[in-house]
Amino acid sequence: MATTTRGFFGRGRAARDPRLPPGQYDARDDWPVLHAEATPRIGTDRWTFTVEGLVERETTWTWDEIHALPRSRYAGDIHCVTTWSKLGMTFDGVSVDTLLAAAGPLPTATHVVAVSHTGYTTNLPLTDVTGGKAWVVWDADGRPLTVEHGGPARLLVPHLYFWKSAKWVSGLRLLDHDEPGFWERNGYHDRGDPWTEQRYQGD
Amino acid sequence: MTPTPGGTTHRRTLRWQTATVLAVHDETPRARTLRLALPEPRRHLAGQHYVLRLTAPDGYTASRSYSVASAPDDTGEIELTVEKLVDGEVSEFVHDVVLPGDELEVRGPIGGFFAWAGDSPALLVGGGSGVVPLMAMLRLARRTGRADLVRMVVSVRSPEDLYYAAELPGPQTTVVYTRVAPPGAPRPPGRLAVADVAALVRGGEDAYVCGSAGFAEAATTVLLAAGVPVERIKVERFGPSG
Repeated sequence: MATTTRGFFGRGRAARDPRLPPGQYDARDDWPVLHAEATPRIGTDRWTFTVEGLVERETTWTWDEIHALPRSRYAGDIHCVTTWSKLGMTFDGVSVDTLLAAAGPLPTATHVVAVSHTGYTTNLPLTDVTGGKAWVVWDADGRPLTVEHGGPARLLVPHLYFWKSAKWVSGLRLLDHDEPGFWERNGYHDRGDPWTEQRYQGD
Repeated sequence: MTPTPGGTTHRRTLRWQTATVLAVHDETPRARTLRLALPEPRRHLAGQHYVLRLTAPDGYTASRSYSVASAPDDTGEIELTVEKLVDGEVSEFVHDVVLPGDELEVRGPIGGFFAWAGDSPALLVGGGSGVVPLMAMLRLARRTGRADLVRMVVSVRSPEDLYYAAELPGPQTTVVYTRVAPPGAPRPPGRLAVADVAALVRGGEDAYVCGSAGFAEAATTVLLAAGVPVERIKVERFGPSG
């Protein structure tokens, strides 16, 4: 149990939305922009997405090819480790299940590293990107995803903290072990479940 | 007390510790610095941050990240500068309630990407409260006698918005005023432009950009136009996180 802070009583908890995980606040109309590199400009004419590593068939899609796949929508909330959440968003794209089905994960695959066109990486257990839990998305709330939010397309893993939802995503690499990504090497949690506040290593 | 060896954030438990507020002072009407004594100090890198957590009697918590403004040292103490945000649950508490002698829970240091080790050329570009982690870098450079490694540009709206106003000016630093410039300023008020940084780019340095998302985008564009390669630009965006 944390030490009580003298004079602190918090605000507005009677009205706290049950969709907010502990320690999060509702950013409402704001959608904060937080990334560590210069914002890249990736034209859809040269955008690609590749599933590689422990798969039967390494597979690459162009912008047009990935748009020819069955569409999938996520409607719900997102949670950033910096403590903001956005409630009731919609994202459109393609399910990661669809992409993995095309490439055929090998039985030995247990984890994935998501890779971005900027070189950003983030690691996830394979079970966190399968079973309807992850997408590659290009529309947010009905509009094309803007570049500062990871456009033309980003990974979306909304049940985990949002640094797992790699902006400007370029592919998934399937591995038989966990391999820490950019923030995870810098002290952030390997899984990042907002409901148990897995913010940093050891949480 | 001897700090644990530092470096980037360790892949181990970042424990909460109860810091004691040694002093508070205002940098500007909207920015307050807390000097904290840490029971379990770990030497930070210039550019890293701590998380501050407030806990109500019923267990409700609110936490926010704040950059360390002080240079790494062996005192077991750090300084965090907190900008007061409108309706900021944590920042308003820091400004309106916290007094010397209070105990505050913190953990850190966190962040290894936006950090400067103090031994390579660096161009620091800060907007408003984004100067805080850059100040740790400037202080480190000056303390170690390597001020020659650092060049710094700070963008603020007006003279009263400049943090560390008594300490920051020097041969390494340039202040750009966007709305109101002081009498005798060498340039009229205006947004950061290529001309403000072009002469400071020496080649081979890392650029550290810190400020709001809007400032970070604009400053990055200016740096690219001034010839800094994209892969040498590190950006820390301060979100409206209260």
